[in-house]
Amino acid sequence: MKAQRLGAWIAIAVGASYFIIPLLGTLEFSLRMRRGAYSFDAYQSVFSDIQFRETFGYSIIMALLTIVFGMLLVVPTAYWVRLRLPQVRPVVEFVTLLPLVIPAIVIVFGYLRLYNSSSILPLTGSTSGTNALLMFSYMTLSLPYMYRAVDTAMRAIDVRTLTEAAESLGAKWPTILFRCIFPNVMSGVLSGAFITFAIVMGEFTMAALLNRPAFGPYLQLVGANKAYEPSALAVIAFAITWLSMGLIQLVSRFQQSASPKA
Amino acid sequence: MAFLTLTNIQKSFGPVQVVHNFNMGIDRGEFVSFLGPSGCGKTTILRMIAGFETPSGGSIVINGKNQGTLKPNQRNIGMVFQAYALFPNMNVHDNVAFGLKVAGASKTDIDMRVKQMLGLIKLEHLADRFPYQLSGGQQQRVALARAIAVKPQVLLLDEPLSALDAKIRISLREEIRQIQQQLGITTVFVTHDQEEALSISDRIVVMNAGRADQIGTPFEIYNTPATRFVASFVGTLNIIEGKVADPATGAVTIGDQRISLKEPIAGVKGGDSISLALRPEAGSIAEGAPGDTALPGEVVSTSFLGSVIRTKLRVGGDIISFDMFNNPGMTPPVAGEHVTLRFAAKDLLVIRE
Repeated sequence: MKAQRLGAWIAIAVGASYFIIPLLGTLEFSLRMRRGAYSFDAYQSVFSDIQFRETFGYSIIMALLTIVFGMLLVVPTAYWVRLRLPQVRPVVEFVTLLPLVIPAIVIVFGYLRLYNSSSILPLTGSTSGTNALLMFSYMTLSLPYMYRAVDTAMRAIDVRTLTEAAESLGAKWPTILFRCIFPNVMSGVLSGAFITFAIVMGEFTMAALLNRPAFGPYLQLVGANKAYEPSALAVIAFAITWLSMGLIQLVSRFQQSASPKA
Repeated sequence: MAFLTLTNIQKSFGPVQVVHNFNMGIDRGEFVSFLGPSGCGKTTILRMIAGFETPSGGSIVINGKNQGTLKPNQRNIGMVFQAYALFPNMNVHDNVAFGLKVAGASKTDIDMRVKQMLGLIKLEHLADRFPYQLSGGQQQRVALARAIAVKPQVLLLDEPLSALDAKIRISLREEIRQIQQQLGITTVFVTHDQEEALSISDRIVVMNAGRADQIGTPFEIYNTPATRFVASFVGTLNIIEGKVADPATGAVTIGDQRISLKEPIAGVKGGDSISLALRPEAGSIAEGAPGDTALPGEVVSTSFLGSVIRTKLRVGGDIISFDMFNNPGMTPPVAGEHVTLRFAAKDLLVIRE
């Protein structure tokens, strides 16, 4: 029994060191820009780079737009499937899983063929059109996580009865959706939002091939040309992801503490 | 003319017809209970009145207006659900105010009405609480207040007490009845609990396999059940099988004993099998020989239930039970004892299929 427990701890330690040591190495290296002393020079250099601010800001805006439009697509879809079309659930789940099995590069090449400047819908013919296309591609990428997060939150409430209760009180669809359903699946919405945020902030393929000034391509550019700044950026990127994960945990706990009495 | 009229209502789900030609009129301010086992179609009828299900045939008219084309949010019907269905993101005040806000009432009117409703259900002090901070009984009272806050023309209650414990169930059903009478609101109540239906209804509809087996006052339903199903579903009823000896005089043979119903039996002839029903409280063990209103029996078992002693007797080929009030001076019958079961001829009911 004792030996088993020791073995488990060794397995955990080996697994953790596999992740933690490279991270610590990256962090330590990012602090060694000044010769002979630890400093935040690499971070200072990154934050003072105008391109960093532009790409970071661009990706944040894209992430927020992706979250808003993604929610407007996913919440009503998950609601409708749960309420009126439970028989199409396997189809919808299959569709939402497709972005996990189709590589991003395949999706973006498909977009470029479909929406190039000589097509019927020439989205890539203008900056705003390409931005919209990038946002839709981010929505596609985040669909598996977003749909599951919202659907799980909906499973926790009795969507049908709440809808009927609101209807019997005279409410119409927009009121039911935005005042009765949406606030009650907020934990799922937020979980999906934070995952989406983390995905968008680090995404490279779509942004690079659509030639948009996003944070992912900037990370690659800096990595190819500088020494210490890429490590600082890697630490920053990890911090963003971890912050998102932490916030998911936080909203999940908040939701659990507000669950009904047995 | 009735306030709520259901005419030839039918409902099918695919090939299965769950409601067959249902007809009924409910008067303004009346409290009607739909009573029946699971799957008998009672909730389906309620949901059709609310507009959540569309009838396959027939019409629903409320206050002279056909509801056929109206959506649930256009019918002005209040509904209380078994699962409470309070909005988890809103506190008690906001839940009760929801329908009023949707209707576009002013803030002053909303606050006044919510206060009035919370006063009615005696929960003014919990206005700021969220549903998860309330007990089941409190949640259901809030759901009731929310449903009646909008002054609905009909109140529908879909097994609202089923999820509550026995004590709360009794107090809440009395509260529901009191509020309904106070407001004079036309109410349809669905339940599978006969005691609930008997205790608070003006009329009861006993549903069986999508049909109304009997519609009547609780007194009529209990005392003169129209069918074997109603007799067996409402209260405890002993069924005694016999043969018609003389339909003109109401003579029936049970085992070897000939008894008399003291009135002609219609629709049967001599020698036909007949089912007779006797309530457990309608019989008594008495001295004397069997006769026109007394049957010989053998005690099978005796159970002491506090205020009541329940005795099971073998009568003819059937085992029946009857209750007698506990009396410290009496000696309860013992198993194997041969006794005489006496009853009034009017308490013996002929049961039709």
